[in-house]
Amino acid sequence: MNIDVSSIPTTLDMFHLVLVILSLISLSLLVMKRKSVASQINEAPETVKPVAPQEPIQEKEQPKPAQLKEATPDAALQLLTLLQQDARFIDFIKEDLSSYSDADIGAAARVVHEGSKKTLDTYFSLKPVRSEDEETRISLPEGFNASEVRLTGNVIGEAPFNGTLIHKGWKVTDIRLPKIAAGHNTAIVAPAEVEL
Amino acid sequence: MSAGMDTSEGTNMDVTEVETDARYSIGIDLGTTHCVLSYLDLTKATADPTEEVEVSVMSIPQLSQPGLIEEKKQLPSFIYRAHDSELNEDDITLPWSDEPDVIAGSIARELGSKTPIRLVSSAKSWLCHGGIDRHADILPAGSPEEVSKISPLTATVEYLDHLRNAWDHQFPDYPLTEQEVTITIPASFDPAARELTAEAASHISFDHLTLLEEPQAAVYNWIKACGDDWREQVSVGDIILVVDIGGGTTDLSLVAVTEDDGNLTLNRVAVGDHILLGGDNMDLALAYRVKAKLAKEGKELQSWQIQAIVHACRDAKEQLLLDNDINEVAISIPSRGSKLLGNTLRTELTRSEVQESLVEGFFPQISIDEHPVAARRSALSQKGLPYAQDPAVSRHLAAFLSRQSDAASDLIEDSAADDFIKPSAILFNGGVLKAPALADRMLSIINQWLTDAGAEQARLLSDSDLDLGVSIGASYYGYVKQGQGVRIRGGLASTYYVGIESSMPAIPGMEPPLEALCIAPFGMEEGTETEASNTEFGLVVGEPVHFRFFGSNVRRHDEAGVQLDHWQDDELEELPELQATLPAEGRKVGEVVPVHLVAKVTEVGTLKLEAIAVGCTDENGEPERWQIELDVRS
Repeated sequence: MNIDVSSIPTTLDMFHLVLVILSLISLSLLVMKRKSVASQINEAPETVKPVAPQEPIQEKEQPKPAQLKEATPDAALQLLTLLQQDARFIDFIKEDLSSYSDADIGAAARVVHEGSKKTLDTYFSLKPVRSEDEETRISLPEGFNASEVRLTGNVIGEAPFNGTLIHKGWKVTDIRLPKIAAGHNTAIVAPAEVEL
Repeated sequence: MSAGMDTSEGTNMDVTEVETDARYSIGIDLGTTHCVLSYLDLTKATADPTEEVEVSVMSIPQLSQPGLIEEKKQLPSFIYRAHDSELNEDDITLPWSDEPDVIAGSIARELGSKTPIRLVSSAKSWLCHGGIDRHADILPAGSPEEVSKISPLTATVEYLDHLRNAWDHQFPDYPLTEQEVTITIPASFDPAARELTAEAASHISFDHLTLLEEPQAAVYNWIKACGDDWREQVSVGDIILVVDIGGGTTDLSLVAVTEDDGNLTLNRVAVGDHILLGGDNMDLALAYRVKAKLAKEGKELQSWQIQAIVHACRDAKEQLLLDNDINEVAISIPSRGSKLLGNTLRTELTRSEVQESLVEGFFPQISIDEHPVAARRSALSQKGLPYAQDPAVSRHLAAFLSRQSDAASDLIEDSAADDFIKPSAILFNGGVLKAPALADRMLSIINQWLTDAGAEQARLLSDSDLDLGVSIGASYYGYVKQGQGVRIRGGLASTYYVGIESSMPAIPGMEPPLEALCIAPFGMEEGTETEASNTEFGLVVGEPVHFRFFGSNVRRHDEAGVQLDHWQDDELEELPELQATLPAEGRKVGEVVPVHLVAKVTEVGTLKLEAIAVGCTDENGEPERWQIELDVRS
């Protein structure tokens, strides 16, 4: 590949200057954020940012690189296939709703809702993380599972924590996703249909 | 008939003491719309008979759509005859085979809903349809010549084969063919349909096979669910009515409770006619109702939309038949294209519509003497399936109870009645009766009849899982056969006759009168054989000889050899004719050989008819015998 040196601008124009500044700012923001996350863990400040449970963040000074799991595209594509098939999910989301009446949208939403419910019920067992009613007071003992329950608001003091259950949470207790034939192309989430 | 199915060899051993080396007792419900396989660990169950026996339902891997394999408790009884360029080879693999010969189960039903000309369905109903050759490749019925067809028998073999593969894949150390296998059949199956089911099973070559009537399996399921308590729930003199309404058929049976040496005994005393009427009819009825409603609004439907409406109605019906406050369920049929909005057809199904179409339409509150109007099945000249012409289940039930008015009179004193037999307990089975509104209606109709007749109300025996019950009951039966627990006495549910034309001078325009020779009596048990009748028939060597064949489920007292010269019109039902062919070996073609007829019931539970040559023996000194075909191939 040939690079024509003469085409590289020798002076910065306004647009590129702004671009460079912006990228510098965002880079520094990223670094600061990373630091603040680490400090939040140590000092338990007022706000806790959601932290992905799979990303172990060490309390040591020198954080180790986190082991990240690769989400398998096959499973995601399969779920899209199932939702498209039973609930017309992709068709619905790909529609432009602006020109339709609420009645039309409502009729289609029923298809999507009924189908999604069927898919969810067939392939997943779901149960609430907390069995208490929402908007009631509950108490979390010491050592509660932080990936199951997320504290928000005035997060100070020691366990037990007393607070209001805002959302009861959902937990998948069983997955029964279909198996995929080895040669199956999962990227085709809905084949084209031709009637003869 | 194929060889190898005859396990009895004419012996008369007591089947209750059959010991097998099988590890599992397998129950297979080979349904019109779904197949279910359940299993019971015999080693575990017999080790400690006081423990409650455990029956599990096998998850059956099957393709749900191209490339996706799902495990489901039910295998839909459908086969799809795909076009060569229709499916990618990589997309139709199964856990046990990367290129299955047939496409069966959920995927078949799914593909077939859009391409019905390639869908094989209701093979079981075709199997018991005497008007057609059941070995002939006729399914999918009525589709273009180019579609490769299979016979109802082959379809049945394929379902069994799928189950066998699924089992062997999960239990590689215990091949299905070596287990104690019980396959259920409708009580109303005629001898030919039973034989065909056994023949289908013979292609899988099961070592230990028994056929069990579905309503009996439902009773076994109930006994299993109750444990020892079943004895508390019924008492001597009870007559249990089993009502089994599945996807395609309605099956009725009566079981009388008697006492033997101080132990309660169950006797299956009557079975109903074969009624092709079930849940599918109900879904269709609702769909056509919705279609009519939309037509009034000026909306014409295409056939794919009607299909979709049938599906939607099936789901909606389940909610509307529950005892709840829902008064209407929306039915939305989206367009087939990717544009969902604006093209979605919307209507609703209301509780009162379901009430009117299903509860009043299929379960009308009628009196005991209102019977189906349409003529009973005359076996010989139909092309399509002989669907019941009267959709009212209650009228079919009224006819059954009236016909069987003295079914239990031999066993239970005072049970004979002029009008109808009065059940004292009722057991429901089949998916349709899961709907409380329908079960309640059915019970109230029966109780109304009983009250009107001054009898006590019947009580409902609570049963578990009406969808899987038959298969569970069947695997429990395999355990009972090992000598554990109570066994229902059954035997043949009909008396069988061969028609004989009386010899008289021909009169133009008048058929010679027909006499009926009883060849197999009612209640004849597995592993027994009748004495040769005195009546001689002439078989022509080298030519097929046909016999007219009749069954009666009301004449209980005719012994083998009895010859009837008259009977009530509806007492005897004509079945598909029988055929015997004498091979010409060692004889002159055209020679007439006199024979007697004998009947035996095999251990498997099928009827065998044989012709025995009079006065000539084979090299061992035994009389020569020929099999008489129950299913005549044209």
